[in-house]
Amino acid sequence: MEGDIAQMGQFIGAGLAAIGSGAAAIGVGHVAGNFLAGALRNPSAAAGQTATLFIGIAFAEALGIFAFLVSLLLMFAV
Amino acid sequence: MADEAKSGGGLEFHPMDQFLIKPLFGDGPIAWYTPTNVTLWLGIAILAVVALMVLTTSKRAIVPGRGQSIAELAYGFVYKMVEDVTGKDGIKYFPYIMTLFMFIAVANFLGLIPMSFTTTSHIAVTAVMGFGVFIAVTVLGFVKNGASFLSLFWVSSAPLPLRPVLALIELISYFVRPVSHSIRLAGNMMAGHAVLKVFAGFAQVTAVAPIAILGVVAIYGLEVLVSFIQAYVFTILTCVYLKDALHPHH
Repeated sequence: MEGDIAQMGQFIGAGLAAIGSGAAAIGVGHVAGNFLAGALRNPSAAAGQTATLFIGIAFAEALGIFAFLVSLLLMFAV
Repeated sequence: MADEAKSGGGLEFHPMDQFLIKPLFGDGPIAWYTPTNVTLWLGIAILAVVALMVLTTSKRAIVPGRGQSIAELAYGFVYKMVEDVTGKDGIKYFPYIMTLFMFIAVANFLGLIPMSFTTTSHIAVTAVMGFGVFIAVTVLGFVKNGASFLSLFWVSSAPLPLRPVLALIELISYFVRPVSHSIRLAGNMMAGHAVLKVFAGFAQVTAVAPIAILGVVAIYGLEVLVSFIQAYVFTILTCVYLKDALHPHH
């Protein structure tokens, strides 16, 4: 049992870091939802903005991936 | 990795074991010249791209067959992306971007074959591409614009007292680019495949097996989509960085 405190901290930290994935999901949802809201108001302008949509999603998602990476590092690399 | 999972007891599945690099022949230590499963699947990816882009279009049929249709679709898709994002003067760099797109897309799709190896899930593979883009774009920016490339960091539309602060932020965000560029691709592929394996592991338990198998099918469909979107995102960000290098003025 002794010596497991470090591992416990590792797992708790990994779980906490995974919260970032959920936060990134909120961000991606925001981007997509606002795009849809704008696209329905002016459908003719929507087609030209899909590239911007994907760039926005990619930027929002990158930070969630960083959080995922931190939790992976805590689980397997530390 | 396997030992940690084993000591946990209960279910026996190792979602991260699929990313282990093993030598193709024997069990010896891995040196830089050892042929590993990464080497194998990188080679298969390159051969697949060559087969798709060269062999299928070699007949130059007026009415394209299946292979030629896919090759033409991919070509037109990337060409339009470069033209839309970078502008007319970015077309010169189209071959590089096309190569990146085809390689990443094919490597991602090959990774979805069961028992295959996802080369793009390794940061070592994506970092080479990410830093390659970063170095190429930085050098290109200085060659094309000289010292005025630095105006990329000097936001002239902002109020004067804010500009040094913004310059610092812009500088940091510029140097984080290759990191986020490569980790985004590797992280997405790794996360998706790990989730697939976790669901596949739940299929061992009889009570939840039907749901788990449905879950695997659903996640697999999502992964096909993600494979394409990540290749698209990687190339479109390359186009955006290229545009910054060619037209650094805000």
